[in-house]
Amino acid sequence: MSAKHDKHKSKYTLDREFPGAFEGETVTRRRFMVVGGQAAGGIAAASFLLPALGFAIGPIFKSSPHRWESVGSEDLFNPYNYVPVVLTLNPSIGEAGKTTAYVRRFNAAIDTDPYDKDTKYIAISSRCAHLGCPVRWVDAAERFICPCHGGVYDLLGRRVGGPPARPLDRFYTRVNGNREVELGPRFSVNSELQRFSPRDPGEPLDGIGQYAYPSRPGAQKL
Amino acid sequence: MPKLPAPPIPSSLQAPPPRPGEGNGKATRPHEHAAEAGTSVVDWVDERTSLSGGARWMMFRKVPKGTNWFYTLGSATMFAFLSQAVTGVFLAMYYRPDASGGAYESIRHVTNEVFLGQFVRGMHKWGSSVMVILVFLHMGRTFFFGAYKYPRELNWVIGVVLLILTMVMSFTGYLLPFDQRAYWATIVGVNINGTGPLLGPYLSDFLRGGPEFGATTLSRFYAIHMLLVPGLIAALIGAHLYLVARLGTTAPPWLKAEQNPELREADA
Repeated sequence: MSAKHDKHKSKYTLDREFPGAFEGETVTRRRFMVVGGQAAGGIAAASFLLPALGFAIGPIFKSSPHRWESVGSEDLFNPYNYVPVVLTLNPSIGEAGKTTAYVRRFNAAIDTDPYDKDTKYIAISSRCAHLGCPVRWVDAAERFICPCHGGVYDLLGRRVGGPPARPLDRFYTRVNGNREVELGPRFSVNSELQRFSPRDPGEPLDGIGQYAYPSRPGAQKL
Repeated sequence: MPKLPAPPIPSSLQAPPPRPGEGNGKATRPHEHAAEAGTSVVDWVDERTSLSGGARWMMFRKVPKGTNWFYTLGSATMFAFLSQAVTGVFLAMYYRPDASGGAYESIRHVTNEVFLGQFVRGMHKWGSSVMVILVFLHMGRTFFFGAYKYPRELNWVIGVVLLILTMVMSFTGYLLPFDQRAYWATIVGVNINGTGPLLGPYLSDFLRGGPEFGATTLSRFYAIHMLLVPGLIAALIGAHLYLVARLGTTAPPWLKAEQNPELREADA
């Protein structure tokens, strides 16, 4: 037995006068069993909780391949007015997976912003940038108008009234070998029509917005 | 107990009548045993579980003077939940969470073709509104009667969590009919969740099960609606009720504490 002032400091259970202590033992069998039992329980719980959690949040990190879909021959579209086309975003859920886009040919007189100069076609998504309702192009007013909460957008899809946080989203376009216009992945734009990877509706992209609403981890650059 | 007429069997085969002092009021005849079967079963279970003490503790509580009909709003909410649970179980027997048309078709089948289907679905649909209204009335009662104050703060907190879970139930259940209204309401609802900075986009991805609304969204909402949240609500209602029984209810605020002059003298 060591000196009395060692009683609470020594690492040996024998020195600390634990009942049933062994020579050279630093952790009692009781404490070892408690810690071991709790660790085993923790491992057992983690072995089903972690996979379940990963399973539930996995889709956030999944990147889906780009889809290009033909929406009609080049003759269908003109540089002055929009033509509505139906586009399949998700082929697995029937009608619910379809959306409308508004397409027109590039017009140098109105599409003056530098980001659009290499595109032959402008394709505007009908998904309102407020909360995702379907906007429609009203010819007489030359505006996109949302039926839900009164969002209004101009010819270029820029917000001119109502609650939307940014302009309407757009789709990448290309022309295939059969002279058909194809629509590709969606992208979002800020109020200067600068391009960003696709965001959900309701997420502003001006100023601090682009940092407060980061793009999804799986988003691929085109 | 009124005596039954003796069965028409020979007296030599009948059991002899009990002698005075024999039996001591205990059941000796078969029909007497039968009459006491219910009590015997309860006694048998209670002897092995001691449940009756807990049941007495829960059911026969002292309540303050002035307890009135407003105090039934909590029980009303719980029965609304039980009604939702029972009708929901039976609706789940017919429902198919199939986003390519099967969900809508199964709801149409329940509503138009299944016996009493329209009624049970109606109970579930309108009952959800009833439950939300009752939750708020119960919350208002608790607030205006000051029943959230010490020592009942934790019960208020549990109640607020139950309110949020009720809202989650309403939100996830709204998608399941999978008609136009359900679809667009969910699009809007998920996007409202997405407007929260930093975490919002991840939350809407989690709810949709991916970047776009898809088949996973519907099955995910269905699982949350019928497995995850009901279990949580049931467990929290248990905790809520335990605390109600443990802490007792409050008197209405217009009732002053009785001032007994004798006790006041003894105090002084």
